[in-house]
Amino acid sequence: MPTDRSGEGAGLYGLPPTSQLELDRRSVRRRQTTRSILVSLVSTVVFAVVMWVVLVNSPGWEVTRETFFSPEYFAAAVPLVWDGLLLNIRVLAFAVVGVAIFATVLASLRSLRGPVFFPLRFLASAYTDLFRGMPFLIVLYLIGFGIPALGLTDQIIPVELLGGVALVLTYSSYVAEVLRAGIEAVHPSQRLAARSLGLSHYSSLRLVVLPQAVRKVTPALMNDFVSMQKDVGLISVLGAVDAVRQAQIQVASTYNYTAYIVAGLMFVAFSWPFIRFTDWLTARQQAREQIGGLV
Amino acid sequence: MSTPVLDMRGIVKLYGTKPVLRGVDVAVQKHTVVALIGASGSGKSTLLKTANLLERINDGQIFLSGTDISDPKVEADAVRARIGVVFQHYNLFPHLSVLDNVTLALRKVHGVHKATAAERGLALLDRIGLAENATSFPDRLSGGQQQRVAIARAVATDPELLLLDEITSALDPQLVGEVLDLVTELKTAGSTILMATHEIGFARRVADRVVFLKDGLVVEEGPPSQVLDAPQHEATRDFLSRVMR
Repeated sequence: MPTDRSGEGAGLYGLPPTSQLELDRRSVRRRQTTRSILVSLVSTVVFAVVMWVVLVNSPGWEVTRETFFSPEYFAAAVPLVWDGLLLNIRVLAFAVVGVAIFATVLASLRSLRGPVFFPLRFLASAYTDLFRGMPFLIVLYLIGFGIPALGLTDQIIPVELLGGVALVLTYSSYVAEVLRAGIEAVHPSQRLAARSLGLSHYSSLRLVVLPQAVRKVTPALMNDFVSMQKDVGLISVLGAVDAVRQAQIQVASTYNYTAYIVAGLMFVAFSWPFIRFTDWLTARQQAREQIGGLV
Repeated sequence: MSTPVLDMRGIVKLYGTKPVLRGVDVAVQKHTVVALIGASGSGKSTLLKTANLLERINDGQIFLSGTDISDPKVEADAVRARIGVVFQHYNLFPHLSVLDNVTLALRKVHGVHKATAAERGLALLDRIGLAENATSFPDRLSGGQQQRVAIARAVATDPELLLLDEITSALDPQLVGEVLDLVTELKTAGSTILMATHEIGFARRVADRVVFLKDGLVVEEGPPSQVLDAPQHEATRDFLSRVMR
């Protein structure tokens, strides 16, 4: 780690006293920092105040506040929506594992070289083309109503399972493309070095290429994760009582929309730790494996 | 003479319709160092790549300790596992620590137990003076240190043959020495080495034989005292006068 000497007294570490030039530069930098913090602070406050004034003075504000932000309805909706959210979390956990496996397989198939693998490459790209183009809601209907219609089993297939499968099918196609971009961004010399050690195609993909590929596309993967987390809510169209459906039931029986706000906030609160966690993880990896600088 | 470790016969390689190697014969005897010299584009790097099957030859035969490895039935991964390679741009794995870089092949190709591999890796890093950097990541090291780690990675599995592809070309002049010293040490320890190099002085010191390539053909080959100090061919004299000034 480079030694940070900013702000310390002169003459430490056996160095000559810090020059006046450097001291002046430091005070200029301090002033610049203070000024930009002040500017952003003031503009944020001004913006918030303007928004608040516009909101409070709008003609329908009293009614809106009562219908969307009622504390009583809020308190009543929380436990019910929370019950629904637990279902979302279960489906999401299933879908994340499913997508991770299926998308990696798809991306690996697409990165195979040589004419022998043409059928596999073709199938994988046909799949991603199809499922990236198809609206998720339609996939959900096809799987949710089509699979039970086949009558493969006497038992009723739980809708959350069908919804989870639909999520895996659709999101694997997105994630596979993101992973493929990552795989292609890893310099070919890395593959050469791995194969020169005697690692097989599969081993070099797993031990050398994929770990670097995933690092390169972590933000994009996180994007898909958060997006998927929200789309779990769509399984309510199959009849699953998840957070969105619970909120809908509340709204329908009380004529008050606060339950939607509750559900929305819960989704945000749920995704936030993941977003922050990946940001932290990416920053830590970068600090460890790359040499930084000012830019 | 005993069976050479590497015996390349009549190697032809085309990129598209452009011939890069036009029938090259090179043999490397056990415990000897052969230096490939020649201008950029003369086919040195391509020859090294064909030797460990990273490139497929268009004609000729390659024998590794007597086995024809250009036979399509040969398991290429198994062949590559017997050959160590060091690249011009190190090509260390940036997501693995220095120690993991060195021990990866031991663990994942040769099935050495993790603890044993780490022990051998550390001993090797100690030998190249980088034991205290074992847990660092490659990008934290200087170019010379990275290249020494790359050499350690290549020799960790005790390969029969070591291929060095212009391993000092990307280094600052003051870092070249530390890398070349390591190669000299490997030679003393009995390694068998085929290297492409621009360091004529170094080739003279460590190489047992020098091969001069031009336009995909061997123009001249022999001990350094002959090829470098008393070249028979006009092309060799011309090349040497330009690189040595």
